Amino acid sequence: MPSIKAEALTIEFPLYHHNARSLKKRLFEGATRRVKRDAESRVVVAALAELNFTIGKGERVALVGSNGAGKTTLLRTIAGIYEPVAGRLSVEGEIGSLIDPGAGMNPLLTGRENIVLRGLYRGMSEKDGRALADEVAEFSGLGEFIDLPIRGYSAGMNVRLSFAMATAITPEILLMDEWFLAGDADFMAKAEERLTRLVTGADILVIATHDMAIVRQWCTRAIKLDSGRIIADGPVEEVLGPAD
Amino acid sequence: MSATHPHLRVFDASDPRRASRAGADLREGLGKWRLAAALAWGDIKHRYRGSVLGPFWVTLTTAAMVVALGFFYSHILKVDPGTFFPWLAISLILWAMVSQAVTDGAECFTSAESVIRQLSLPFTVHVLRCILRNLLVAAHNLPLIVAVMFLFDISPGIGVLAFIPGFLIFVCNAFWAAFFLGMICARFRDIPPIISSLMQLCFFITPIIWMPEQLGDNAHWLLFNPFNAIMETMRAPLLGRPLEVGVWFAAIGFTVLLWIVAQAFFTRFRGRIAFWV
Repeated sequence: MPSIKAEALTIEFPLYHHNARSLKKRLFEGATRRVKRDAESRVVVAALAELNFTIGKGERVALVGSNGAGKTTLLRTIAGIYEPVAGRLSVEGEIGSLIDPGAGMNPLLTGRENIVLRGLYRGMSEKDGRALADEVAEFSGLGEFIDLPIRGYSAGMNVRLSFAMATAITPEILLMDEWFLAGDADFMAKAEERLTRLVTGADILVIATHDMAIVRQWCTRAIKLDSGRIIADGPVEEVLGPAD
Repeated sequence: MSATHPHLRVFDASDPRRASRAGADLREGLGKWRLAAALAWGDIKHRYRGSVLGPFWVTLTTAAMVVALGFFYSHILKVDPGTFFPWLAISLILWAMVSQAVTDGAECFTSAESVIRQLSLPFTVHVLRCILRNLLVAAHNLPLIVAVMFLFDISPGIGVLAFIPGFLIFVCNAFWAAFFLGMICARFRDIPPIISSLMQLCFFITPIIWMPEQLGDNAHWLLFNPFNAIMETMRAPLLGRPLEVGVWFAAIGFTVLLWIVAQAFFTRFRGRIAFWV
């Protein structure tokens, strides 16, 4: 059964400010004792500090907190991009990530080629990728533009393509960074319906957002982060307080 | 106990099981070769955007370099142009492939930064993409090799098949070199320029624009030059030169050494790459 379980999950970012990163600096650090000691006490940012939580099937969780609280880092860690430096994380279920829907697109390839490429990223065969491309092409409503290189697309067309592409497959665990909805009025209505299906179709939703209206509308639980720590965890009403 | 889910992923920092994770990365990464090939093809397309001659620029520049250096150096070094020209042509073409594999491989992770930070993929995919991209570029010079063999009437006969194991040794080295250098360059950003100047030095101390025979009694020192060993296993079969057992042993020895070091490095630091890029 899909679930996410974190026990004392910790992520630390080594901070390589522009000089500390160079080999020259390292070599000279070796030469003098005093600086060497500085090097050993490396500057790290505790992005996530000993998080404990369990998310089970059917839960729709909002990660809230100010900028830099660790929301996106936590999403990336659940997605498997960052490996924890301490603690334990177990994720059961197929992950679909909308952290950056445009990641990995090649501007010189056509819309259709980019969809097939996305399919390959997700581990599909080329044949399934082409079937996906037909479906996405239709939903995006890009018409003949789908067979042109995407560098010629307008910003709105780009958004429609990445939205259609990212929401074409319903995963078991859906990770989102900010509620992802854009386009003109026509497309918006279509997109909203599709997003609803995606969110309700997934077994688990984890979304990082600043938009409390979204949290109240969609989520069953909120986890509030501050400086990489959980400061509140519970039903939305409890964490955010009653709606105004 | 319930049946394990097909998509179960557990990471426990107190029991990182690095070796099995690195192994899984390699397996899954190689399994995604279609993705790597599609990405490499996209890179090639990117390269030729807006270019009239497209891929043939590479072929033309190499041809121009071979002709110019061929006349010049056969005169300076006082060697027979009939022997020197094909030697220089094949050597330059192979060197272009080898040095490209090193300098481009060094940036295999840093150049994929945007993907690494957004999508969870085996790191092997980025290495494979880099290797395939470089092989596609190297293939541009294949017509030159054929032209040289035709013009200078070189018919290596069945011995040319020995090129295949030589080439495989090269691919293996390029693969592990990309892992090793790619990781170091992701961590320390001043390494790539160091590598390119070292490669320039290696160009001069490796028999490319001169022939090993000119070293006389000192030629055995060449066995310690990994670039010479790797290139010679591909070059000798193409030129129909006699195969030296020592060169093959050296090439295999260097390969195994690099493999061990690179895989150990990858196993230890794989989890850090996402933080480094």
